[in-house]
Amino acid sequence: MAVCIAVIAKENYPLYIRSIPAEQELKFHYTVHTSLDVVDEKVSAMGKALVDQRELYLGLLYPTEDYKVSLLSRLGIPCVKSMFPNQLHRYGYVTNSKVKFVMVVDSSNTALRDNEIRSMFRKLHNSYTDVMCNPFYNPGDRIHSRAFDNMVTSMMVQVC
Amino acid sequence: MEGLTLSDAEQKYYSDLFSYCDIESTKKVASNGRVVELFRAAQLPNEVVLQIMELCGATRLGYFGRSQFYIALKLVAVAQSGLPLRVESINTVKDLPLPRFGASKNEQESRHTTSYSSDTENQGSYSGVIPPPPGRVQVKKGSVSHDAVQPRTSTDQQESTSPVVSPQQSPPTSPHTWRKHNRHPSGGNNERSLAGPGPFWSPFSEAQTGSSAGDAVWSGHSPPPPQENWVSFADTPPTSTLLAMHPASVQDQTTVRTVASATTANEIRRQSSSYDDPWKITDEQRQYYVNQFKTIQPDLNGFIPGSAAKEFFTKSKLPILELSHIWELSDFDKDGALTLDEFCAAFHLVVARKNGYDLPEKLPESLMPKLIDLEDSADVGDQSGEVGYSGSPAEAPPSKSPSMPSLNQTWPELNQSSEQWETFSERSSSSQTLTQFDSNIAPADPDTAIVHPVPIRMTPSKIHMQEMELKRTGSDHTNPTSPLLVKPSDLSEENKINSSVKFVSGNTVADGYSSSDSFTSDPEQIGNAVTRQRSHSGTSPDNTAPPPPPPRPHPSHSRSSSLDMNRTFPVTTGQQQAGVVAHPPAVPPRPQPSQVPGPHVHRPVDAEGLITHTSTSPQQIPEQPNFADFSQFEVFAASNVNEEPDDEAEKHPEVLQVEKSSDPSGSLRVAKTDGRIEEKTAASAPANVGKSTTPLAPPPKPIRRRLKSEDELRPEVDEHSQKTGVLAAVLSSQPSIPRSVGKDKKAIQASIRRNKETNTVLARLNSELQQQLKDVLEERISLEVQLEQLRPFSHL
Repeated sequence: MAVCIAVIAKENYPLYIRSIPAEQELKFHYTVHTSLDVVDEKVSAMGKALVDQRELYLGLLYPTEDYKVSLLSRLGIPCVKSMFPNQLHRYGYVTNSKVKFVMVVDSSNTALRDNEIRSMFRKLHNSYTDVMCNPFYNPGDRIHSRAFDNMVTSMMVQVC
Repeated sequence: MEGLTLSDAEQKYYSDLFSYCDIESTKKVASNGRVVELFRAAQLPNEVVLQIMELCGATRLGYFGRSQFYIALKLVAVAQSGLPLRVESINTVKDLPLPRFGASKNEQESRHTTSYSSDTENQGSYSGVIPPPPGRVQVKKGSVSHDAVQPRTSTDQQESTSPVVSPQQSPPTSPHTWRKHNRHPSGGNNERSLAGPGPFWSPFSEAQTGSSAGDAVWSGHSPPPPQENWVSFADTPPTSTLLAMHPASVQDQTTVRTVASATTANEIRRQSSSYDDPWKITDEQRQYYVNQFKTIQPDLNGFIPGSAAKEFFTKSKLPILELSHIWELSDFDKDGALTLDEFCAAFHLVVARKNGYDLPEKLPESLMPKLIDLEDSADVGDQSGEVGYSGSPAEAPPSKSPSMPSLNQTWPELNQSSEQWETFSERSSSSQTLTQFDSNIAPADPDTAIVHPVPIRMTPSKIHMQEMELKRTGSDHTNPTSPLLVKPSDLSEENKINSSVKFVSGNTVADGYSSSDSFTSDPEQIGNAVTRQRSHSGTSPDNTAPPPPPPRPHPSHSRSSSLDMNRTFPVTTGQQQAGVVAHPPAVPPRPQPSQVPGPHVHRPVDAEGLITHTSTSPQQIPEQPNFADFSQFEVFAASNVNEEPDDEAEKHPEVLQVEKSSDPSGSLRVAKTDGRIEEKTAASAPANVGKSTTPLAPPPKPIRRRLKSEDELRPEVDEHSQKTGVLAAVLSSQPSIPRSVGKDKKAIQASIRRNKETNTVLARLNSELQQQLKDVLEERISLEVQLEQLRPFSHL
């Protein structure tokens, strides 16, 4: 149930943010922003040696507010998912190039399994790679790719 | 100012321009808007324009007299040629192309084309020269000289409709104007017949064929609208070489090229006015694209790196966003490089976009790269994606590799399936079902790991299947039965991994040979048939068969499964009388070579016994759906005269064995139903089975079907493929056994019922166990999470 999906560049500015309820976009922006701190914390905590692809998923970032954010990082530290009622989980994912994906998920509908979140991030990563492969895309630009949009829409629709 | 000597063309052109600017007909043009716009349209830097004005004396005079205007125009031409502005150059520069004024001319031309009828006073004099509306302008244009162009321009000038600078022409119209103007230069290109939106190629091709005079005319009269600088691929070698033909300088080249591109665009548009498939690439277009490809990458089978492609397509002056989208569409295998096909598709899309066609969301089929044979790039006409489709099954992994395109080709049809693929892979990797496979499958199944990537494949290719058939026939009977084993588990998980199961089973069957289960080639064939039939039925769920998946083959079912047969066989062995019949219990009966096709050589010898068995069952076929195969048994039985009980007995064990081996009951049933229909209808097929000459594909199917029906009979018996082979042989040579069928029928039915019950019980148990396993795994994951939480930063 991704209600918001964001792609954050290495310098921590957003490359792509999309949220389902449009009116809450600003709130999601703040959420994602705060989660970046957690991401950085986890990344630094993990150390620098870990470059295992398997550990890109960070898991739940921290269950604050009414949103649970989980950050997938290559470091692969699964976070504890505290069960806050009516929570929106935040999940994170960091790529090798320090591009972060943050996904805010509404847990009210169904409890998305960890594996499903991972698969969603995998799809995100694949689509992001496709965008990168496009020679007309300058790294650091906002992502305007229609294919990427379609993929994100499918994920958000499916989740909601 | 020294005297200005102008050629006739220049004279006319200048006079037209002067008339255009001299709106007040005062024979002297002040620096009014028209003049300014005209000079601005010349696309020269401001300082150059100022210099020109000073040189021609307008600054001195404060206005443009006719002579000053002419001098100014000449200087504009000089400047556009890249030559330094000198007063002397007015007369010294020979063969100077006419000054090009982009916007103004464009406007005039566009207006001219769009409002053809609006040509009033000049029409009388020029209409004869002016070719008909953008239709076959070429013909006339070809013969038209500058006069045609100039009169038109003058006509355009006379049209005081739109301002000079406002190239708002829609792409369709502007090309028209260009087309008219460029017709004669590209006289040689008239015969070109470009279908579809392929304007681009004509600029280049026309540039290639256009004459210098043509170029001059182009440059003079067909400046593309500022926004429609077609194929202004400034560095395109062909155009540059051509443009070098005339004394035009580099600057001219650019503009001329754009003009040329406009021309060609016009040409293309004209000719492409009627085409059914807007995305079809014509031969000429394709040839052009190929030539362009060669300029970047001499090897036609090679790739154009992304950076080179970016430069190339950036020259088209399309917005980056659209170019990005075009790239996404055309880079099929997402490798960051363009093959020839991808390049042609991208080029075609750029051309289309330039012509005003919106970019599609999905790559049109005609533009899909032919992934199978890159050498076919020379096949101009073969643009359809079907080529790829036929080859796609051969490609398995949907990774970002060259094999991906084959999968991609099937995307239009299987776009959905691509999602399924992804899901499959994710499921398979993330779900626990595959692990369950591992646990369930008899030990030493390293192939299950192999199964993971394989499921990506949508449908096992026929070739692959046949290969497997061959492999199977030649391989030991120890070939992997794991796929078959996997199937049962898959079926139990049907609700979740239905399609993935198909893949797995299909793939596992295809791989076949990895597990060391006792399943012989027959079960594999069964699986193959199952998967094949699955693929035939597309992604139809396996739930068609009501009975739950048969339980996994007992662990004891290994090579020694035949022993099990022994256990079960005694039940029926007693009924056996033929010596041959006695074999099956111990060893799967070997189908008679004559009866069994080559691949089934491994079949147990007592195929005949099976035949006898099967012979009894034929009558039962109509009674029970599971007996569809028995029609084949009939054929088998015909060859043997064994008693029915023997046949049954043997059949049952074989069936059971087969069932266990091949197990995904759902799939089997599906296949069975298919098989039944086929079997019943094609009694000859079983007969063919017996013949070694029959192709591999047909024999396995009937065999499998037979096996399936047998499976239903004896779920707990899991013998091997040999039985299936035997069955096949039996079926093929079955004669109809009329008598004593009734008794056997009842016995068989009773046993069938019993087996079914056992089957359901086992299946239920299986699903329960799997559920438990899942729960346990979830608990484990949660525990791991807690553990991680307890030591959050221990690794600091």
